[in-house]
Amino acid sequence: MNSFDFLLQGLAAAAQPMLLLYAFIGVLLGTMVGVLPGIGPALTVALLLPVTYGLDPAGSLIMFAGIYYGGMYGGSTTSILLNTPGESASIITALEGNKMARNGRGGPALATAAIGSFIAGLIATLLLAFLAPHIVRLALVFGPREYFALMVLAFVTVSSAFGDSTLRGLTSLFLGLALGCIGIDQLTGQARLSFGLPDLLDGVDVTTLAVGMFAVGEALFVAGQHALDRDQVLPVKGSIWMSRRDWARSWKPWLRGTAIGFPIGAMPAGGAEIGTFLSYSAEKRLTKHPEEFGNGAIEGVAGPEAANNASAAGTLVPLLTLGLPTTATAAIMLAGFQQFGLQPGPLLFATNPTLVWSLIASLLIANLMLVVLNLPLIGLWVKLLTIPKPWLYAGILMFATLGTIGTNPSSFELGMLMGFGLIGYLMRMFHYPVAPIVVGLILGPMAEQQLRRALSISQGDWSVLVQSPVAAVLLTLAALGLIVPLVLRALGKGEVLQAVAADED
Amino acid sequence: MSDRLPPHTDPVPGPAERPPEPHVVHPSLFAVAAGLAVIGAVMLWDSARLSGAAGYSNVGPAMFPRIIGGVLIGLAVWTAISTLRRDFPDPHPSAKGPILWVLAGLTAQLLLLKVAGFSIATGLLFALTARGFGKRNLAVTIPLGIAMAFVIWAVFSQVLMLNLPAGPLERLFFGTTP
Repeated sequence: MNSFDFLLQGLAAAAQPMLLLYAFIGVLLGTMVGVLPGIGPALTVALLLPVTYGLDPAGSLIMFAGIYYGGMYGGSTTSILLNTPGESASIITALEGNKMARNGRGGPALATAAIGSFIAGLIATLLLAFLAPHIVRLALVFGPREYFALMVLAFVTVSSAFGDSTLRGLTSLFLGLALGCIGIDQLTGQARLSFGLPDLLDGVDVTTLAVGMFAVGEALFVAGQHALDRDQVLPVKGSIWMSRRDWARSWKPWLRGTAIGFPIGAMPAGGAEIGTFLSYSAEKRLTKHPEEFGNGAIEGVAGPEAANNASAAGTLVPLLTLGLPTTATAAIMLAGFQQFGLQPGPLLFATNPTLVWSLIASLLIANLMLVVLNLPLIGLWVKLLTIPKPWLYAGILMFATLGTIGTNPSSFELGMLMGFGLIGYLMRMFHYPVAPIVVGLILGPMAEQQLRRALSISQGDWSVLVQSPVAAVLLTLAALGLIVPLVLRALGKGEVLQAVAADED
Repeated sequence: MSDRLPPHTDPVPGPAERPPEPHVVHPSLFAVAAGLAVIGAVMLWDSARLSGAAGYSNVGPAMFPRIIGGVLIGLAVWTAISTLRRDFPDPHPSAKGPILWVLAGLTAQLLLLKVAGFSIATGLLFALTARGFGKRNLAVTIPLGIAMAFVIWAVFSQVLMLNLPAGPLERLFFGTTP
């Protein structure tokens, strides 16, 4: 059977009324939480994880897919109407989209973002469906050393290749790797860094870390910054529909944004925001209306939003086919899989194809639901944006702790949540990126296991790591990703990298 | 190259905001460096007591913590040098009071969770967090928080079957078995 048959089967499975309901609830919750200022997709997914605990794996993962896509949509609404990007991938949308809203063109800005996201999501999800089986076939010949090399590459791209400082990216990553060492060693059963505390033997929970970093850390940071400031929500004036001219100016940026965003998400190359920056500069160069850029050019919303969503779908390629999370959001999704004992990767396609394909099909369904839902409900989303900060953050902390208590009702776990919150707060204070620590925690133990397996096979000979051409190429890329930015920054050319700062998601 | 990059007009401290240029050497940055060095040292100390059990690979459970601990100490040195050379951006200024309120809320919840149950503990977290963000009237926010937390408890423990600790308030409405 080819991808198309599998996808049709998946669509048939996902079209059961109960699963459609789960997808719908996921989309609705994801958009609602994603719209809230200060909450990006990573936190949306982490906060809503407990909602899915009671469901069966299929329903839960499908709701999850809805939450993920919903959170991505929600973020664009926030940045257009509030100029407070809920997620770093929406920063560019805020540039032009917020200007459009100020000029009374908020409606068309929201519409081009929604439709662009839909088209990008549709194309990218189809690409995911058709690419996945090929990558799975490739991945089946991957041994431990290839996996290890791939993870090293992911470490470098997440932490230091982009962003404004190799030092701070690497520090965040290695803190995550250090946290990953806590608990029982997978190969010898010895306790590491547990300090005699039984609560630490199971290791650090990814969700606790992510919620601590993104929810508690962010709440502390915002409390310390400007607790009493009120952001101004721009009203949506005039028609929300796009004119014929808006359509004519939007469709090419949508397609270009998709073409830029998907490969960036699909390769272990860091976050969605890199695609949005590239798409923005492409649109700025190609536009017939350069004077509008900076004052509300619709191309500057259409392209980056499409790139953002295409990249989000692209991230699922390494996650589903290799079990390799390359963003904080993907790391939490992986934790979501693992709560059901499912390990994404080539084997999952073989052992549980129905689940994988109904998940991919649900992404298509969720995407369609979003475009239908997003524009008519715009009034509701605007109301959510006007929630005053005290209630917003008090509510965020309620749900943040709820998730932790629901997984493990112990004071120890809550103490860890608070500790991670403090670390997250300090990292924000000192300009450290937060995503590498989360990715480091989940990928670190996996990388260690693969490395030690590879060395077991070779009986301790480290040179096997570069004897396979695939592994050698990946490790070379990783080395370049570490060294080239350092050299560029030393030569005072760090601006380029700074502008594509990979952070948060 | 740089003229094609998007302008940074974002007034809020966004994640890609350009960090401000450093003016003075901040002592707090040395504390960061020291903290990193301590974590690195703890990792080296802990890995020293792990037995060799390396098997065929010649690398045992101590290898990874040792590498990470060593790198963290290296990063601590790099941070200190970078601070002295004023390469490290100024930390964001931050008010202490609001942060202590939020932390007090989290601590109250942590301590009261088992004794007073989810609703009361989480209601206090809600009220103290709101206090940190400027809502001073605890006589209103505490009951409001407890009421909201109770609704959340009812939905999540009764409908979504999440195991949330019950206290006197929950038992009053849902009987003795949570």
